[in-house]
Amino acid sequence: MRYALLVLAPPQATAVHRAAIGLCEAALDAGHALPRVFFSDAGTQVALDTAVPPGDEPSPREHWQALARQHGVELVACIGSAVRHGVLDSDEAARFERPAATLAEGFVLGGLGLLVEATAAADRALTFGGGAP
Amino acid sequence: MKSTLLVMNRAPYAGTLARAGLDAALAYAAFDQPTSVLFAGPAVLQLAPAQEPAAIGRKSLRRLIDSMPLYDLEAVYADAGALARYGLAAADLPAFVTVLDPAAQRELQDRHEHLLSF
Repeated sequence: MRYALLVLAPPQATAVHRAAIGLCEAALDAGHALPRVFFSDAGTQVALDTAVPPGDEPSPREHWQALARQHGVELVACIGSAVRHGVLDSDEAARFERPAATLAEGFVLGGLGLLVEATAAADRALTFGGGAP
Repeated sequence: MKSTLLVMNRAPYAGTLARAGLDAALAYAAFDQPTSVLFAGPAVLQLAPAQEPAAIGRKSLRRLIDSMPLYDLEAVYADAGALARYGLAAADLPAFVTVLDPAAQRELQDRHEHLLSF
């Protein structure tokens, strides 16, 4: 089975990220394919390298980075949402004349086409952080 | 190709998730995917006519929704119960929006392969 994930919750919603990462690990451990996770809206904040969570709290960013390292999962932050949230790669930092790139290692910026491509190729698509308010 | 139903759940201007959902729906349609959109709960307020969000520095989501047919996106639905709860009538909605009761919404979900929720 091939999975695609869309994550919309900010990293402060640690339970949502924990659930999403847990699902990724379980699916990959069971031999399923999960080539890409797409972050949009507030979810893109998880790719912000300059955010400093309290030392005694889990860091969703570090957990996602570990997942990408261990399993080769591509972590894509929606470029339109990301720049609104201050998540800039070096190209966007130059384009908008900001002092520094802030995109964390292991993440890339990309358009919504990468979400469409991921779900079109997937047997199962799951949203984390959407749904009823 | 997979058929995708995008379910909108958020009021239009509380945050940015409503806009993110609409942008995603337009992207699916622009990439020629079989795409449907269901407005549920407070998200039916995105369909309200005569929105004037410029006063809070935002752009009208209704205008964005009105552009959906330009993307060949006309499989657009609204939850009947939510419309009643938020005081909207069918005549307030864009002409291409179809009002669905709960049974019809279940049927709508069943005939799509993917469901994304905003």
